[in-house]
Amino acid sequence: MTKADIVERIFEKFGFSKKDIAEVVDLTFETIKESLENSENVKISGFGNFTSRHKRARKGRNPQTGEEIRISERTVMTFKASQILKKAINS
Amino acid sequence: MTKSELVERVADKVDNLSKRDVEIIIDLIFDSMTDNLRRGERIEIRGFGSFKVKEREARVGRNPKTGESINIPAKRMPFFKVGKELKERVDKKS
Repeated sequence: MTKADIVERIFEKFGFSKKDIAEVVDLTFETIKESLENSENVKISGFGNFTSRHKRARKGRNPQTGEEIRISERTVMTFKASQILKKAINS
Repeated sequence: MTKSELVERVADKVDNLSKRDVEIIIDLIFDSMTDNLRRGERIEIRGFGSFKVKEREARVGRNPKTGESINIPAKRMPFFKVGKELKERVDKKS
């Protein structure tokens, strides 16, 4: 499923124009991205939480060559599915 | 940011639709995504990331307090992989 499929499905259920639906779908993902970019976590009740986490620099190793490498500090994003989503998937 | 704050922020950027309409559409976005994952199908949102369902096999677990063995049934778990654009945007400002 892509963004276009999401628009199509909402269009089948409701009387909004495809253009309006597509605008809201685009803005929804863009607004979530902006929020995460500004280190603000996003909680979508019934779906899950998107959080950004700061990782300190650490030493790693290339498992193939055994060579030691430095892994720089970084901010990564994680998603934790809500209980409701987990239950829905297993139903 | 909660879902209702997301609705507010999106509604502020849209001219054509009422806040109520925006709320309906946003609810339907997550409903249709949930539905899709329930059918085991992958979701790919360009620049954002992808969601998929992985199967976890049944296994024997143990209650760490009592040491008692328990059977954990097979289950399906949702996974998210962050997209390139979002990954870079999140990391850039740190």
